[in-house]
Amino acid sequence: MRLLYFAWVKEKIGIGVEDVDIPASVTTVAELMAWLKTRGPEFEHAFARSEVIRAAIDQSHVRHDAHLAGAREIAFFPPVTGG
Amino acid sequence: MIRVQQEDFDISAEIAALKAGRADIGAVVAFLGTVRDQGGAIDELTLEHYPGMTERELERIEAEAQARWLLQASLIVHRIGTLRPSDNIVLVLTASEHRQAAFAAAEFLMDYLKTRAPFWKRESGPDGSRWVEANATDDAASARWQISKDAVE
Repeated sequence: MRLLYFAWVKEKIGIGVEDVDIPASVTTVAELMAWLKTRGPEFEHAFARSEVIRAAIDQSHVRHDAHLAGAREIAFFPPVTGG
Repeated sequence: MIRVQQEDFDISAEIAALKAGRADIGAVVAFLGTVRDQGGAIDELTLEHYPGMTERELERIEAEAQARWLLQASLIVHRIGTLRPSDNIVLVLTASEHRQAAFAAAEFLMDYLKTRAPFWKRESGPDGSRWVEANATDDAASARWQISKDAVE
């Protein structure tokens, strides 16, 4: 699965994109964030306030209870600030 | 039409292109967003985005406006990269037969863009740099369109 990170999420993790094998037990966005937090201090730091982080599956906004089944690309980012 | 680009845009040229060859447009509304220096606190504003999703989200927002109002044409241009105070950031044009649709659609497009399009601003100035925090009033401005749509349905 391809994971993308933007803005301060990317800054805290130190990378913008990676391809990751996700355990089969991880089925939702919230579970994925909880699992990512176990991958090292930089991930723990980036996802410490996971409730404020927004997610997109295959370039569409999703809620934290969204299922990952069939997803090719999952992105994590802060609330958007364009315009 | 939507565009995401580093280079500046010319509002007059964009309006002329929108109207070119058309005699059915009676109203054009333009919204131009520009960089504020916030009393000298900002030297630069850098816009990051999510290539691919940004374009898709802007197209979705534009399609939603076209579904809600009778628009003859519309345009969203958003800049990325590093900008300086007074630089242009975003242009929204809406064209309709009568002004009401163009005014409402332009406001809707900006409210939705602010809360849905994946752009992130980083400000830098004499006191360092920081990511801009999302604004709760933008969420409220976007949410009121949902309420008014539900009330109509």
